Amino acid sequence: MANRAERSNYELAIIGAGIAGLSAALFAAKEGIETVMVGETGEILFASGLLDLLSVHPIGEGKLWDDPWAALNALRNDLPDHPFSKVSPAHIRTSIDGLLEFLSEQNLPYRRDPDRNVEVVIAMGGVKRTYCVPETVWNGVQALEEKQPTLLVDFEELKGFSALQIATTLTDRWPGLRTATIPFPGGRGLQYAEQLARALENPESRGSLACDIRACLGRAQMVGFPAVIGLYRTREVFKDLEKRIGVPVFEIPTLPPSVAGLRLRDAFHGGLAAKGVRLFPRHRVAALRYELNSNFILDIEASDGGKTLSAGAVILATGRFLGRGLRGDRGRIHETLLDLPVFQPQERALWHRHDFLDPRGHGISEAGLMIDNRFRPIAADCDPVHPHLYAAGSVLGHQNWVRAKCGSGLSVATAFAAVNAFLTT
Amino acid sequence: MHTQVLIIGAGVTGLGLARDLVLRGISCIIVEQGDINSGASGRNHGLLHSGARYVSSDSEVAAECLEEADILKRLAPQCVEETGGLFVAVEGDDERFIADFPGLCQKARIPAQSLDIQEALEMEPCLSQKIIAAYRVPDATVDPFKLALQNFCEAHNHGTKLLRYHKVVGFKKAGNRLISAHLINTETGAAIFVEADQFISAAGAWCGEIARMAGADMDMLYSKGSLTVTHSRLSNRVINRLRKPADGDILVPGGTVSIFGTTSLRMDVPADVRPTVREVDHLVSEGAAMIPGMENVRYIRAYAGIRPLIRSGPDAGDRSVSRGFILVDHAEDGIDNFLTISGGKLTTYRLMAERTADRVCERLGVCKPCRTKEKPLPVDPAFEWTEPGLAPREWIKHPDHHDPLLCECEMIPASVIESVVNAFRSQGGKPSLKAIGLRTRMGKGACQGSYCGARVTSHLCDRGDLTGLEARKELRRFLQERWKGERSILWGGQLVQSELKEAIYCGLLGLEM
Ligand SMILES: Cc1cc2nc3c(=O)[nH]c(=O)nc-3n(C[C@H](O)[C@H](O)[C@H](O)COP(=O)(O)OP(=O)(O)OC[C@H]3O[C@@H](n4cnc5c(N)ncnc54)[C@H](O)[C@@H]3O)c2cc1C
Ligand SMILES: Cc1cc2nc3c(=O)[nH]c(=O)nc-3n(C[C@H](O)[C@H](O)[C@H](O)COP(=O)(O)OP(=O)(O)OC[C@H]3O[C@@H](n4cnc5c(N)ncnc54)[C@H](O)[C@@H]3O)c2cc1C
Repeated sequence: MANRAERSNYELAIIGAGIAGLSAALFAAKEGIETVMVGETGEILFASGLLDLLSVHPIGEGKLWDDPWAALNALRNDLPDHPFSKVSPAHIRTSIDGLLEFLSEQNLPYRRDPDRNVEVVIAMGGVKRTYCVPETVWNGVQALEEKQPTLLVDFEELKGFSALQIATTLTDRWPGLRTATIPFPGGRGLQYAEQLARALENPESRGSLACDIRACLGRAQMVGFPAVIGLYRTREVFKDLEKRIGVPVFEIPTLPPSVAGLRLRDAFHGGLAAKGVRLFPRHRVAALRYELNSNFILDIEASDGGKTLSAGAVILATGRFLGRGLRGDRGRIHETLLDLPVFQPQERALWHRHDFLDPRGHGISEAGLMIDNRFRPIAADCDPVHPHLYAAGSVLGHQNWVRAKCGSGLSVATAFAAVNAFLTT
Repeated sequence: MHTQVLIIGAGVTGLGLARDLVLRGISCIIVEQGDINSGASGRNHGLLHSGARYVSSDSEVAAECLEEADILKRLAPQCVEETGGLFVAVEGDDERFIADFPGLCQKARIPAQSLDIQEALEMEPCLSQKIIAAYRVPDATVDPFKLALQNFCEAHNHGTKLLRYHKVVGFKKAGNRLISAHLINTETGAAIFVEADQFISAAGAWCGEIARMAGADMDMLYSKGSLTVTHSRLSNRVINRLRKPADGDILVPGGTVSIFGTTSLRMDVPADVRPTVREVDHLVSEGAAMIPGMENVRYIRAYAGIRPLIRSGPDAGDRSVSRGFILVDHAEDGIDNFLTISGGKLTTYRLMAERTADRVCERLGVCKPCRTKEKPLPVDPAFEWTEPGLAPREWIKHPDHHDPLLCECEMIPASVIESVVNAFRSQGGKPSLKAIGLRTRMGKGACQGSYCGARVTSHLCDRGDLTGLEARKELRRFLQERWKGERSILWGGQLVQSELKEAIYCGLLGLEM
């Protein structure tokens, strides 16, 4: 009879469990809104763990900004339709502060310089400009800035990560880098970051790893690892490894699927449930229906059976093509749940440029939902489709997060704005 | 540098010619502006023609195909899959053409067996219920990369040198003879000259350009053909539309995928061609008439090649221009040691090489017979990996969990990449993602390089084959190259894939900056 006791009506339903959906759930819960969140874990598993705010504008010029807030100001002047232009700077700050506070409570603290983007070394020898980084990455930011003598470590069978590649990319910029490739302690055949991270939860593995590292430390004052230092108790694992090695340690973000994404997912799921959000994390909304002036009906499905929920308002945070919030067929681009109007190039031939790396970005990247100033999807006549239907995150049009380097920041800020719009109706 | 014979072009014709010549004891150097199969030999359908497609338009080509296909099946079975083929007509197709087909096949001695409709549908369930006629013919498929690589292996083992990334830009002449070819290294810009006794242009669609450099003239037409690649194999056999050759007529299985095409667009110059969105849409709708599933299947790539066509008679459209080959002796143009071999088919490359080599021998006063008609093409295991499905089969037979799969779509472990890199190095090549991609299935699966591109570069850096800075450049090149074939088929599942790819390489790694 437990099923019958479970409520099925909520004030707010959030569809989508990427950064946007999770953040929206967090902001709603903080305000005491009765919230349900339905969504499969999506792109977050691909995330690097870095929270970008904005570092490139305008993208065609590839202009890089040190100060993300100044970049946001410039963007606001140039691109009035950009979703960032519909959130006040104060709200953007509040949203990020709120997220960082929450992650810290969940034992997954982040670090930043409040008014400045920082540079991080990532896999493949890239140097990425971003805004907030996991605490476990922070030492690397400083090591790069101060060019400290550092040992970069990789593991024999871990795919897609080569310390030598990073060092030989950065020779000019960071001459004090040395590298070591070591067999992963206690077992071969581990090729994925997640497997290594799980193994390092075990203190014995850390002990023997530290032992190997100390043997090749030389004059290095820091040690950089691929981001595999712990999975569930990252902080503890990290501090312990640092103590055993005896010099500061840092993580280098890896290619997806990354451990950073799993850590974020776990932190959110645990924290949101504790704040009273009802989560359906392995479920999909198969259909969303509404009648004007009445509740939304969500048909949700999962391998263990379906359910129907109702809610007074909905935030769509369903992502783009990868998240499955948008779908492209040969003729046009559709929004997947309600077939909402989608801003898009006129024909498929204009979706993509001839060069993959064209600095101007692809036309299709700007496709997405059109919204009013209260983050409600609008129809062709510019009126909201429904007074209580909101949208947030990358499903929104008129933005290109990939090229502007604003993925998480945009998702968090627009999630905040959507919740805020709901609250002030 | 000096050699007996300088061959321009490392497509199947040039490589087949080198093999033929070295087997007769003649030494050669091949010069190629890209890598092996940069031209039509790397951008075709892979159909080993029984000849049936040409019975109505060109009985000579049909006969050549029949005979050559048979030789290849016997002597290079590692490059051929004997799939068999069907010719099918659908409602609305020309009845006269259908009625004439069996008689024409018989005349050309091509076995064509009439099937009843139900039988055909059972053999190939993907076919439309609306087919009205079906014949079975001995079509087969050929892996053009394996064929080219294995031909080169044997030539190389007999001392043939291949100058990759060297473009012929001119010749030095003295009287009625070419003395040397002027080459530019396309990577470094450095110039070199190669002297030779005989010069052979096997430059495919670029033959006209080469001839002009030598002071000769050739009247050529160019036709672009685009093809699409599906994610899975749609049919067991080759399926041809039983109608007068037109666009979107042929579906060819290639291991685990199927290839559908082609279009035919007139070009003024043999430029670097890419398939367009419009061509792909056209192919999808043409294909759906014969195979309805083609509307909904997942496409992972498209590509385009250029056919050089030989002008003959009144211009009645590119498809009616001869697909036969020409061997031009430029003595007619006043150059005594220069031949051009062009046109023809992949299927007939050996015959083209034989005829050319015969003429070269005559000129050099060598009287040794052609051996490629009896001698099997040797198998070099390091160059077998272009075959779709081979790496997964090997992996399943001997899984080794210490040997990471760097390309998961095509299941290529690090050890295979290493063996290919080593073998390529021993042939004087410098490892690059492109070179590895040409010699394996890397980057050809559903992810189109999203993961394997990064993983293989890291692996090469670890081995010291590339520095990090070189790797970044390599990766950019590789992604741009893959993109040419992706852009026109990005909808549905493949659009999702390309979004992930851009998120990784631009969002995260910032390669566009
Ligand atoms: C490879 C990669 C690297 C990245 N790197 C960075 C980085 O370095 N820095 C940074 O700031 N950002 C990065 N991002 C971006 C960031 O992770 C997010 O993708 C982005 O912020 C968009 O988030 P979102 O929540 O709007 O969409 P998504 O993350 O796409 O989430 C959409 C969610 O909605 C769900 N959904 C869709 N339809 C339904 C339905 N009908 N029912 C239920 N659920 C549904 C999906 O399953 C998914 O969980 C990266 C992304 C990728 C892919
Ligand atoms: C779309 C299409 C589909 C086809 N399908 C089939 C099929 O299914 N079955 C079949 O039997 N045949 C098919 N063909 C025909 C077949 O592909 C060709 O006949 C064959 O590949 C020609 O080989 P080649 O070596 O003569 O020329 P190419 O492969 O074009 O080789 C010429 C080489 O010369 C090089 N070159 C050019 N200029 C220079 C220079 N200045 N310096 C140095 N190098 C130079 C080029 O880079 C190129 O590698 C198809 C052709 C096309 C275009």
